[in-house]
Amino acid sequence: MAKAYTPGLKVTGRTVHRCRRILPIRGEVLVAQGDRVEADTPVARTFLPGDVMPVNMANLLGVPPADVHGCMLRKEGERVRRDDAIAQTRGIFGMMRRTVKSPHGGTIETISDVTGQLILRGEPIPVEVRAYLSGTVAQVLPGEGVVVEAEITLIQGIFGVGGERSGRVVLAVKDPSQELVADMITPDMKGCVVVGGGRVWHEAVAKAMKVGAAAVVAGGIDDQDLREILGYDLGVAITGSESIPTTVIVTEGFGDIAMADRTWQLLRARAGSLASVNGATQIRAGVMRPEILIPVTPDAVLPEFDRRWPEGQLEPGRPVRIIRDPHFGLIGAVSALPPEPRILDSESKARVLEVTFDSGEKVIIPRANVELIEA
Amino acid sequence: MTRIEPEKVTVILATDCGSTTTKAILIQRVEGVYRQTHRGEAPTTVEEPFANVTIGVINSVTEIGELAGRRLVDGNGRIIQPARTGPDGPEGCDLYISTSSAGGGLQMMVAGVVREMTAASAKRAALGAGAIVMDTIASNDRRRPYEQIQRIRELRPDMILVSGGTDGGDVKKVVEIAELIGPARPQPRFGGEYRMPVIFAGNRDAASLVAKAFEDEPIDLKVVDNLRPVLERENLGPARDAIHDMFLEHVMAHAPGYDILMNWTDAPIMPTPGAVGNILRTIAERQGINAVGVDIGGATTDVFSVFDGTFNRTVSANLGMSYSISNVCAEATMANVLRWVHFDMDERELRNRVKNKMIRPTTIPQSLEALVFEQAVAREALRLAYQQHKEFATTLKGVQQQRTVGDTFSQQTSGQTIVDNMKLDLLVASGGVLSHAPRMQQTALMLIDAFEPEGFTTLAKDSIFMMPHLGVLAEVHPQASLEVFERDCLIYLGTCVAAKGAGKAGRTCFRYEVTGETLRESGEITCGDLKLLPLGPGESATVTVEPARGFDLGNGPGKRVARSVRGGTVGLLLDGRGRPLVLPESRNECRAAMARWLSAVSMYPDRELHAVGGADRRRG
Repeated sequence: MAKAYTPGLKVTGRTVHRCRRILPIRGEVLVAQGDRVEADTPVARTFLPGDVMPVNMANLLGVPPADVHGCMLRKEGERVRRDDAIAQTRGIFGMMRRTVKSPHGGTIETISDVTGQLILRGEPIPVEVRAYLSGTVAQVLPGEGVVVEAEITLIQGIFGVGGERSGRVVLAVKDPSQELVADMITPDMKGCVVVGGGRVWHEAVAKAMKVGAAAVVAGGIDDQDLREILGYDLGVAITGSESIPTTVIVTEGFGDIAMADRTWQLLRARAGSLASVNGATQIRAGVMRPEILIPVTPDAVLPEFDRRWPEGQLEPGRPVRIIRDPHFGLIGAVSALPPEPRILDSESKARVLEVTFDSGEKVIIPRANVELIEA
Repeated sequence: MTRIEPEKVTVILATDCGSTTTKAILIQRVEGVYRQTHRGEAPTTVEEPFANVTIGVINSVTEIGELAGRRLVDGNGRIIQPARTGPDGPEGCDLYISTSSAGGGLQMMVAGVVREMTAASAKRAALGAGAIVMDTIASNDRRRPYEQIQRIRELRPDMILVSGGTDGGDVKKVVEIAELIGPARPQPRFGGEYRMPVIFAGNRDAASLVAKAFEDEPIDLKVVDNLRPVLERENLGPARDAIHDMFLEHVMAHAPGYDILMNWTDAPIMPTPGAVGNILRTIAERQGINAVGVDIGGATTDVFSVFDGTFNRTVSANLGMSYSISNVCAEATMANVLRWVHFDMDERELRNRVKNKMIRPTTIPQSLEALVFEQAVAREALRLAYQQHKEFATTLKGVQQQRTVGDTFSQQTSGQTIVDNMKLDLLVASGGVLSHAPRMQQTALMLIDAFEPEGFTTLAKDSIFMMPHLGVLAEVHPQASLEVFERDCLIYLGTCVAAKGAGKAGRTCFRYEVTGETLRESGEITCGDLKLLPLGPGESATVTVEPARGFDLGNGPGKRVARSVRGGTVGLLLDGRGRPLVLPESRNECRAAMARWLSAVSMYPDRELHAVGGADRRRG
């Protein structure tokens, strides 16, 4: 039987998931292996070197660089506060002395004889890493961070903006094709992960931000709406650091597109549960997709999906989503995988597959233009 | 690395480890001449879950071995050397070389005292070595020192190149730059396991003071000759070599699996764009021509040029056809993209399509409409990348010029672009949208519309993106590299003859006469005309053109030119659309003009194209 490999997004009811929670530089791990942690539990901490402020002492004192050292009232390695006098010229017979005050608080790191420049380093900046996912500390990476493990419902989106948030899942629509508009967002959604169906409008996101929702999840978004939300046109898909109060995740793509049924069913089944979400998307080397992680208990009742398909395998009978026009967004089943390349309408030659829709209609699609929904 | 005896080399294996694909080619000596005989490819395996580049290399080499009927990998997963006859037939290769751009290639930060002078020279050195320049720090870059320090802290470059000052000149400003970098404690991209490599190529009198400024910091400093010893001259070679050395010592050695790969290769692994530049420079020097090469990828577009022996390379970091396609549309504006499309398209729908391509970058255009749009975006990406290249490839800035009374009104200053489309002899295309265009005419017209070559220009494309392999091969076996380049690397598309100037539509632009074995024709090209004459691969002809007043084809306005031209898979293109190429402002007129030009070169199949528009309400 013909098979091919095509990656897809993970949408699965129950899986064991591990999150690496790592400090930007070495520091202290605050939890131990086996500890139970909640999403907001601090797991590691460090201090980044403080900000650096160069001060041109030679100019301020009006002396050659080599003379700066002789004018210093405070030495290298000493801590100073803002407006502390740090250097003074000798003046003329002790008169007309010029005094320089520190423009910031910090530690005098170096004073250069060549440039007359003083380097003032600010206070160390504390950095704390939280668990993000409620679960168990599976591994401690000494000095670096931890690995948190939990059994979860995992839904990968296709694109998102905004960083890590957590909140309870709440449905704002009745079905996976219903658009999410501003009226559907209510004050009781504060701190929640709000689930829409089809397109989410920018007014709805604005309202979600206003009421303090943690995140909005929907099937599609229009490019114009995204521009309204961000205030600029996104050029490259490297996201996650936007300064927006509510994370936005779309599961299918850009345009008027409904949420895939499997995604919708899972989110509906998990309504009321606490979710960790992250809109960070990176589509270059080291692909990163936005994610919705919902810890799941062994007794939770979840919708049953067909799990007979091996991961990544494209084979006859398997459901696929078409991800490029002219059939963008449609879902069907693979009905044939011809081995020979075919000439497309564009006259390009490519390997193709045949997809049959529920209506019985069959279409030929380049293999590059379909995506699996991984169970 | 073993010593190579070029005359004994009969089988050469070369790989290029790209971000997504590792491409292998096999070169063999056939009847006394080196020819590229087979190719194979496999996904690159730098990232998790494999995290070992050699797996992808072995996969691609295994594929090529199967195709060639030559066992290239032994039971231990090692490349067999030398070439020989084994128990099961031919096996092994005499020479194995590789380039790499995996993991985003070489990413650098450069610094200099004056942005337009030493910092620009440092940027040229880094780009020429094949790096992506993340930022350029200079005393006059309009950022305050603490902002510069903040920026250095945010970046995570693979290495830093510091320049500044001419030899014997002022040291203070140079040390000031070092004093910004040292306290910032820049972190290398591949983690804190090694010290940040910094190359100092500035005023030699400042070298010891720069070393002192870095002595307490986690920095590995290498001092090389000044890249701008005097204002009038650049000396980029030593800095470029140091970048390659440090790339191997620090960056490659810390990338997954590269320590093994480095032991396999018979020549140092080179950054892919550095190797492409190397081969283009070699060809331009050998043939005494001016050449431009372009490689348009999913994320970036590289432009290489050699004009009068001076090599330049630019990387337009966010101009590409998939990951960066949305940025191309934003920078160029959708109106500029759509001027290359000859039918109606709905802007809102297109914007969503562009974003969908950005988030699913591996999809390909299935419909003709989608292909036309993608090729329109490509023209704009190429146009913008070439514009950036022209602005960067300039004569040295800051050089004092002797002027005579005659120069008083010429307004010529230092820092003029050296890119001159009238002097351009060869334009080479590579990268998916150009290399894989279903019709060669599409590649040719995308190049012409974006680069606007003037006079006589030969057009070619890199058949299977072989230039990186040949670039590194040129370092160890120039003869093999040049023979393969000539015979197998380039597919000649033909020649473009284009007049510089502007005129009213319908008026004469130039008269032409073509004399060749397979083609004899004469006629007139009117303003706004584009004509394609059949002149096939391997054919040549003499073209004599008489431009109308105000038009220039190489010998000055209105002056006759006769040149021998090369044919190709497309033929001889006579372009009377004028330079600069100005498209009608009215959308309807523009569509009509495009339809006429596309039809003249049989760009697309002769079938009706449907307007793209309306909201697409699909169900997931």
